[in-house]
Amino acid sequence: MQTQLGNAAFPRLLRRSLSYIPSILYSLHSLLNLFHFFRFLSNSSPQSQKHKEMASPFLSNTTISFSSSLSSSSLPRIAPSIPFSSIRSNSTPRRILTVRSKIREIFMPALSSTMTEGKIVSWVKSEGDVLSKGESVVVVESDKADMDVETFYDGILAAIVVGEGETAPVGAAIGILAETEDEIAEAKAKAASKSGASTPSAPPPAPAPGAASTPGPPKSTPAPAAPTVAEGPRKTVATPFAKKLAKQHKVDIESVVGTGPYGRITPEDIEAAAGLSPSKKNVGLAVVVETKPAAPAKAPAASAAPSSLPPPVPGSTVVPFTTMQAAVSKNMVESLSVPTFRVGYPVTTDALDALYEKVKPKGVTMTALLAKAAAMALAQHPLVNSSCKDGKSFTYNSNINIAVAVAINGGLITPVLQDADKLDLYLLSQKWKELVEKARAKQLQPQEYNSGTFTLSNLGMFGVDRFDAILPPGQGAIMAVGASKPTVVADADGFFSVKNKMLVNVTADHRIIYGADLAAFLQTFSKIVENPESLTL
Amino acid sequence: MHSTLSFSQATTVPTTNYAFHSQSPINLRFCGLRREAFGISILTRSSSGRVRLSTRGRSKRTSASTGNNGTPPKSFDYDLIIIGAGVGGHGAALHAVEKGLKTAIIEGDVVGGTCVNRGCVPSKALLAVSGRMRELQSEHHMKALGLQVSAAGYDRQGVADHANNLASKIRSNLTNSMKALGVDILTGFGTIVGPQKVKYGKVGFTDNVVTAKDIIIATGSVPFVPKGIEVDGKTVITSDHALKLEFVPDWIAIVGSGYIGLEFSDVYTALGSEVTFIEALDQLMPGFDPEISKLAQRVLINPRKIDYHTGVFATKITPARDGKPVIVELTDAKTKEHKDTLEVDAALIATGRAPFTYGLGLENINVVTQRGFVPVDERMRVIDANGNLVPHLYCIGDANGKMMLAHAASAQGISVVEQVTGRDHVLNHLSVPAACFTHPEISMVGLTEPQAREKAEKEGFEISVAKTSFKANTKALAENEGEGLAKLIYRPDNGEILGVHIFGLHAADLIHEASNAVALGTRIQDIRFAVHAHPTLSEVLDELFKSAKVEREALEALKVG
Repeated sequence: MQTQLGNAAFPRLLRRSLSYIPSILYSLHSLLNLFHFFRFLSNSSPQSQKHKEMASPFLSNTTISFSSSLSSSSLPRIAPSIPFSSIRSNSTPRRILTVRSKIREIFMPALSSTMTEGKIVSWVKSEGDVLSKGESVVVVESDKADMDVETFYDGILAAIVVGEGETAPVGAAIGILAETEDEIAEAKAKAASKSGASTPSAPPPAPAPGAASTPGPPKSTPAPAAPTVAEGPRKTVATPFAKKLAKQHKVDIESVVGTGPYGRITPEDIEAAAGLSPSKKNVGLAVVVETKPAAPAKAPAASAAPSSLPPPVPGSTVVPFTTMQAAVSKNMVESLSVPTFRVGYPVTTDALDALYEKVKPKGVTMTALLAKAAAMALAQHPLVNSSCKDGKSFTYNSNINIAVAVAINGGLITPVLQDADKLDLYLLSQKWKELVEKARAKQLQPQEYNSGTFTLSNLGMFGVDRFDAILPPGQGAIMAVGASKPTVVADADGFFSVKNKMLVNVTADHRIIYGADLAAFLQTFSKIVENPESLTL
Repeated sequence: MHSTLSFSQATTVPTTNYAFHSQSPINLRFCGLRREAFGISILTRSSSGRVRLSTRGRSKRTSASTGNNGTPPKSFDYDLIIIGAGVGGHGAALHAVEKGLKTAIIEGDVVGGTCVNRGCVPSKALLAVSGRMRELQSEHHMKALGLQVSAAGYDRQGVADHANNLASKIRSNLTNSMKALGVDILTGFGTIVGPQKVKYGKVGFTDNVVTAKDIIIATGSVPFVPKGIEVDGKTVITSDHALKLEFVPDWIAIVGSGYIGLEFSDVYTALGSEVTFIEALDQLMPGFDPEISKLAQRVLINPRKIDYHTGVFATKITPARDGKPVIVELTDAKTKEHKDTLEVDAALIATGRAPFTYGLGLENINVVTQRGFVPVDERMRVIDANGNLVPHLYCIGDANGKMMLAHAASAQGISVVEQVTGRDHVLNHLSVPAACFTHPEISMVGLTEPQAREKAEKEGFEISVAKTSFKANTKALAENEGEGLAKLIYRPDNGEILGVHIFGLHAADLIHEASNAVALGTRIQDIRFAVHAHPTLSEVLDELFKSAKVEREALEALKVG
């Protein structure tokens, strides 16, 4: 690593100010402000000590210098104190060329870890100027700051490849440096071939790492797919972030088939085209991808989706899960590891319905009645209220907490009626009302939705006559309640009558709860519902 | 309203020049932001004008006004009547009561005006949410602090409710504060029927006529919508609709990159939208100090899911309908040729604000508005068509267009009350701070660097610029928010502060040390000895003042003095 002692660069940096590498500016300012800091921290506290330490390396390294030679590795030279030097070496394409020449290219340096391209603010030197090592040649604007770029070699600025105001990707040649006057002509020819081949906005590094920007085959592929969303020829529509990503990953946006609304190209389309697994992150991805230059080459076509899933139907919309939906999804997948079985039971509800009519004016809901009935049955069958935490033991719960599944806008949550066996029906109803309000407002506290020991799910109000529920992880059983319907029944003496019957179906963890256990529990539950007076006690 | 919604952006509030500038010596050296309000084109009244516009037009103007027009009444119902209960009117009313004036305020819509109901207040609620979302979504930021957060999400209705609840709360606070002090709140649209005489009333009811010794017009402004743009309130919206946050589009075009556009881009990108800015001038954020806007672009635009078209007008915007997206036609600002067509999910029109002065009855007192603005002198006294002052009539806030900021309106109102109670007062608009509540925030007071240079050249003095970075500030680094810059423009010969611009964490709160210094005429050589608690963000300004180089003579003078 070469170090440049450029005193001149210090005020220069200052003028341009701003932010790019925290440590440098930090130390820069600490230098500036040491005086003030010492006023505050007159005792030599660790902080002021730190300032001194950080300031000193800065003095010797001043500014970023960068240049490289065709005959040597094109790795940028960066003053040793700059922390991201390792990132840099990964993200710049290495070249091994056999040409021996004293003509050197000046490359677009990476001035920050997130920089992918830079804009030439101004050329300090013009073509034909004689440069000496350490002199500023060009001012580059990165995503974070304006920086002077110095040369490491003596020579003559033979040609400017990327003019002022133009942009070039990191690593691209922006100027040509000749060692002697004799070589200027050769250098100019070289520059001409470079600038001729590249667009002014983004000259790609000559032996570009085969990104998807290669024109040709990919371009022809999207044509047949396009008409599915749009009639006739139309221009490419890409969202702002999609455009940014395409630039970052060097994806030719014209070669991508849009799957977004109105056939537009979405960030996901670009990620698919670049062979990335879709990700929410944007910053940081660049670094990951560029270290593997082979990756983009594999997937130039949009259809080469990384997963085995069929490609989305054009025009479909992808809506990511909300936090709640993500939690539901996770729980449902987890539930697959539990061996469950189901037992159904018809329950006559005429008495319960009559009771409900009686207590309804007092604010009692059917949910509260069912929860209370289940809780009372569970009190007699503690096994059904237990759970299997480790696959080796029973965990008997000391409380009977009935979780009740509630659909709320775009989600599902299970507010918990704690100690449902102990609370009376009216308190339970009151409590339930509060919980539902809180759930709607998304203000439930964790213990109000995750402390359940048994779950109740009722779809009866929709006219569902029977269904089965998935056992939530951590519980022993869940009860699925269908609608109560008038049903013709024959009694022991052969007399027909019409009774309201409701089908309940319990799903349970067979590691701890067996068929007979569940049957017994359901029998008790049925008795309580058929003789519901005890519920009001 | 704070800075936010009151501010017009270049493309829009239409005008060629201040026509009344020549008529009287108005102090037009206002803050740089003002400058951008003089734009192009001709005022076309927006289609978004609320009911108020039409009702006023229809209301009869006969009964009270004809007979004794021109002869002011001898005794008055009130000492002061304020037309419009926005932040400006409210500030004036409170100060008037304090000064012992019998005061009434006329409001035809809701108390609080734009700022409280459709402007800076609800937008701050949305920005509070967007700031937190942004933080929680920034894995890098969280990791640096050692925090772990699983996927952050939001509930759109919950966010919208927060904004709405905040507006209602502030509205009731304003109403209560006026009621408690004995300000009469008269409901209806106020119209001036003659000198010192106002009528007000609701549509369909008989008008009441009241008299007052002095009258303040404080009717504010409405979003300005250039012609060719069809606002449907669903997919093509103004800030009025956007603040209700009825939906969060995947992709929204924001027309105008001034305060309003910038703040909404912050909200929408934090909530997951992608944004395309459409700016008529060649640069984004044209109203700010160039250095600040350059940095702001690096932080607020480039790394976010935002792209932009500059130097173009959105000449035609069609709302989404018949299975088609919102279509935006872009026309080159210079060549006037069609340049591009965008297809987006929604478009927000943030092209500034137009004064709401139509139907005020100004013709009854021979006042002609300038592109809708009420012409005033530096004491907010209304100027009539002949260039003469209209006695006992003042206009404050967005309606006079001097500085379209809520707190400027309030300050102007207080200034007027001072005058009518016998103490001459001229508000120094260069001391009024402005802020944009993005993350991080932008704030400023006084002149931008180009303005200061122009002034220095004209008046023959030198200026210097000092800068400090948030990166050297302990508190900012503790918050892991070191991105930011404070910039001071000053006169090295006497230490006068000409302008201060801040971009960084809590910039909007930090600016007041500078704006107070400007208002009180404090010089750098004095303020640099003021002590700041350590470690606080205010040390950014402390360092700024300390890094300024004031010439020896000024310092000597200080010692002697």
